[in-house]
Amino acid sequence: MMDPCAHCEEMMQPYLDRILTEAERHEAEAHLAECDSCRRRYKFEESLRVYVRRAGDTAMPPELKQKLAALRIPLN
Amino acid sequence: MSAGATVARVEADTDQEPGAAEAESGMRLAAEARDRVHFEEDALALADQVYRVARHLAGSREEAEDLVQETYARAFRSWRSFTPGTNLRAWLLRILTNLNIDRGRRSQRAPQMQALEANDYFLYDRLAESGDGVSDEDRVVERLSQDDIVSALSEVPHDFRDVIVLVDIGDFSYQDAANILDIPIGTVMSRLHRGRRILKRELAESAAQEG
Repeated sequence: MMDPCAHCEEMMQPYLDRILTEAERHEAEAHLAECDSCRRRYKFEESLRVYVRRAGDTAMPPELKQKLAALRIPLN
Repeated sequence: MSAGATVARVEADTDQEPGAAEAESGMRLAAEARDRVHFEEDALALADQVYRVARHLAGSREEAEDLVQETYARAFRSWRSFTPGTNLRAWLLRILTNLNIDRGRRSQRAPQMQALEANDYFLYDRLAESGDGVSDEDRVVERLSQDDIVSALSEVPHDFRDVIVLVDIGDFSYQDAANILDIPIGTVMSRLHRGRRILKRELAESAAQEG
């Protein structure tokens, strides 16, 4: 039988992507409830996702917005 | 049969008053103009989100701005090919990623295989062990700066970066990302898996350099 922590690691990305089946999710959560080490790692990965998402927060330069509006095709 | 006779026959067939066809065509044009204005407004309302994704797909800020402008110019010209009620943001991003590839990106080629760390947790392990024994996860992630993430992301090869940017930053579903990049959904999933690991490897390297 596979090491439960290794199995939990395999489920980590799909878990965070919310694509596990309900049974798999329960299985992962049951292990997380009793394994401090895996729980910490999951939590870290979750924070990392939020961090990466935030890194994408770049405001569009206002002059670009005006340039885009100017590209509209005028009504005849 | 003369042209006049043809017109007379068409008018008789459709049982319309003279001038009705013109009025109908005028109304059609007005409706089309209205649809186009709506389309343009909807597209412009998404510009911030399109730029946000473009910024990380393109190599630089200037390149991102060019790409977004070119995307909108093309979108406004070919607005009729958009199916109302479908995902406009994905439609715009599909134009943008195609333009980006046309500009000499080699995205269609199979990405080079690189050796990867054996497990998904090595970044955590690296950061946790470099700390002062405090393993509060929120604190661990704080050892990375936003700049670290932006520069690590730019080191990830294009094919992997595209899916990370679309899914993890742009919040597109796997299916939308597959449609935008014109690759199978299974490829989106495998590139995402490898791409996230490459990103973490890059982050671990920059953390190591910073000591």
